Amino acid sequence: MDMKASKKKLGLKEKYAHMTRGLGWETSYQPMDKVFPQATFEGIKIHDWDKWEDPFRLTMDAYWKYQAEKERKLYAVLDAFAQNNGHLGITDARYLNAVKLFLTGISPLEYVAHRGFAAAGRNFPGVGPRVACLMQSVDEVRHAQTQIHALSNYNKHYDGFHDFKHMLERVWYLSVPKSFFDDAFSAGPFEWMIAIGFSFEYVLTNLLFVPFMSGAAYNGDMATVTFGFSAQSDEARHMTLGLECIKFMLEQDPDNLPIVQKWIDKWAWRGIRVLTLVGMMMDYMLPKRVMSWKEAWEIYFEQNGGALFNDLAKYGIKVPECLTQCTEDKEHVSHQAWATFYQYGGAAAFHTWMPNDEEMDWLSAKYPNTFDKYYRARFTHWRDEAEKGNRFYTNTLPMLCQVCQIPMLFTEPGDPTKICYRESEYQGEKYHTCSDGCKHIFDDEPEKYIQAWLPVHQIYQGNCFPEGTDPTAEGFDPLAAVLDWYHFNNGKDNMDFEGSRDQANFAMWRGMATKNT
Amino acid sequence: MAVQALKDYQFSPADSQDKFHGGQLLYVGWDDHLMFCAPFAYCLPPSTRFGDLCEKIMAHSFGYHPDWKKVDFATVTWLKSGQPFQPDMNKTLAELGLKHKDILRFQTPGLKGIAGTCS
Repeated sequence: MDMKASKKKLGLKEKYAHMTRGLGWETSYQPMDKVFPQATFEGIKIHDWDKWEDPFRLTMDAYWKYQAEKERKLYAVLDAFAQNNGHLGITDARYLNAVKLFLTGISPLEYVAHRGFAAAGRNFPGVGPRVACLMQSVDEVRHAQTQIHALSNYNKHYDGFHDFKHMLERVWYLSVPKSFFDDAFSAGPFEWMIAIGFSFEYVLTNLLFVPFMSGAAYNGDMATVTFGFSAQSDEARHMTLGLECIKFMLEQDPDNLPIVQKWIDKWAWRGIRVLTLVGMMMDYMLPKRVMSWKEAWEIYFEQNGGALFNDLAKYGIKVPECLTQCTEDKEHVSHQAWATFYQYGGAAAFHTWMPNDEEMDWLSAKYPNTFDKYYRARFTHWRDEAEKGNRFYTNTLPMLCQVCQIPMLFTEPGDPTKICYRESEYQGEKYHTCSDGCKHIFDDEPEKYIQAWLPVHQIYQGNCFPEGTDPTAEGFDPLAAVLDWYHFNNGKDNMDFEGSRDQANFAMWRGMATKNT
Repeated sequence: MAVQALKDYQFSPADSQDKFHGGQLLYVGWDDHLMFCAPFAYCLPPSTRFGDLCEKIMAHSFGYHPDWKKVDFATVTWLKSGQPFQPDMNKTLAELGLKHKDILRFQTPGLKGIAGTCS
C-alpha cells in the first residue's frame, strides 16, 4: 500500500502563529479579569493584544536548539580554562576584584530577572508578549547559571567568591542593585517591562555588559569573555523586546503616554545610579583599562541613547529631565564611588587600593576638567598615609539615600565640592535622598520607599548580627559581628589589596608557572 | 501621587524611632571635607550632650583628617536641614530640639581640606 504523503511542512510564519497565538484561549470557568488580575491596575490601557508584533518569531523548539548549541561551546571553553589554569593568565590579581563585584552584584540579578519575566509572562493576557517573556525568563536563568559556573573556577583559588547569594540579601553595597530589582519586581507587569525590559535592557545594558566583557578581554579573563559572548545574542533579542513593548503600549492608547514617560524617567535615573558601580570598575579596578567611564557614557548613552529618544519622539516621549545632570556627573561619579569603597574597604568583600602614578596620569588625561582639581590631592594623601602605615578606613557608618541606597556621596549640581542633600517629609517622618532624581521618585510613591531596608539603619536596629549575639556584652565589636553575619572572612575578603592573600597567592602561583625557583 | 496597587497599600515606616532601642538617628556632615565620602549616621540617646557629640563622637569619626585638630568649635557654623542652627554645647540633643533623623552640617571657616581641594 502506498504511504500517504504528509502535508507540506508549515512555513515559519504559520508555525509561529500556531505555537504562539494558537496556544491562547478565552477562559470560561473563570472570567479573564480574574485569571489576569494584574492586567489593568497600573492604568495602562490595551485594546488589542494581537497588535503585538514579535520581531523574532522564535518558537520554543527552535529556541531550545539554538541555546543548546551555545551551551556546548561555552562549557567546552570553561573546561579548557579550568584545566589550563586560565586564572593565571589575567593581567594582575587586582582584576579579580572586578569579577567579584560582577558575581556578587550582577549575577544574582540575572536570577531575579528570570523570576520577574516569568511573572510578567504569567500576568500579560496577550499571547505574543507572554511567549517573549517566557523566552527571556529562560535566557536570564541561563545567564545566571553560566556566570556562576564560569566564576566558580575563581572560587577555588581566591577570596570573596564564596557566598554571593547570602551576601546579596545582606551586604550594604549589594542592597543597591538588590533594591533596584526589588522595586521593579514589586511593581505591576507593565512597569516591570519599562524598568527592566526597556530602561535596563535597552537603554543601559551596553553600559553594563560592554565594559565588563571588554574589561575581561583586555585583562586576559577568557572565562568571562565567553559567557559574555554566549549571552550577547540573547541581549539583542531582549533589547528588541523592550523596544517593542514600549511602542506597543504607546500605540494602544494615548492615555498611556504620561504613565510610560513617568516610568522611563524613574527607571533611567535608578539605572544610572546603579551604574555608578560600573563606572568605578572601569576607571579603577581594571589593571588594563578599556576606556574611561566618561567615554563609555558618551558613546553608549549620549550618542546611542540620543538616537533612541529621537526615534521615540514621534510618540511624544521626551528625554528624561534628570539626565541633564548626568552630563556633569559623568566627570565625577567614578572617582566619588572609588573613594567610598576605599574608605569603607574594611566592610567590602573585595579589595581596594589607590591608583599608582601612571594610573593617576591616565585619570588626569581622561578627566582633564576634574581629576587633578578635585581628586588627585585626596588620593595622593591617602596613598602617602598608607605607605606610612596609616591606611584610611572610615570607622563610622555612612548616611544612605532612601531610594537608591547608595551612601550620600554625590555632589550638588554645579558645585562638586558640596554634598547634595535633599529632604522630604511623609506622615511626620523625615526621609533623605541624594539627588533631585531620587527625591522625585520618593515623593511620587512615598508609601513604597518608607519600607526600604536600609543596611545602616538595620545595623543600628540590631538586625544584622549573628543569632545569639549579645550586643551588650563587654568588648562587643559591632563591625566584626556584622561582617560575620555577612559571611565575610574578615581579614581575607576585605581590606587593601596590598598585603592581601589574593595578591600573595597569585604572585606565588604565577611564579611557579613562569620561574624555576 | 500614590502607589498604584491591587489592594489597600499601607505599611509602617521601616525606621521609626521606636525601633532603635531608645536611640535616635542623627546625621552629621562636614562641609568642604569630602575625604569623608558621605555624612555619618549616628544612633544616639536623646540625652547625649552636644559637647560630647563634638568632642568625643565626632572626634572619633573625623579625627583622621589633618584639619580636625585645627577645628575651633567657637567659630564653627551649623546648619540643620540647610537652615542656620546654634547649638549650646552643654545642652542635650533633646533639649536642643534635635529629632530622629535630623541632619546637621558643620562649616569650619578657613579649613578647605587636603591642599585646599575641599577633600
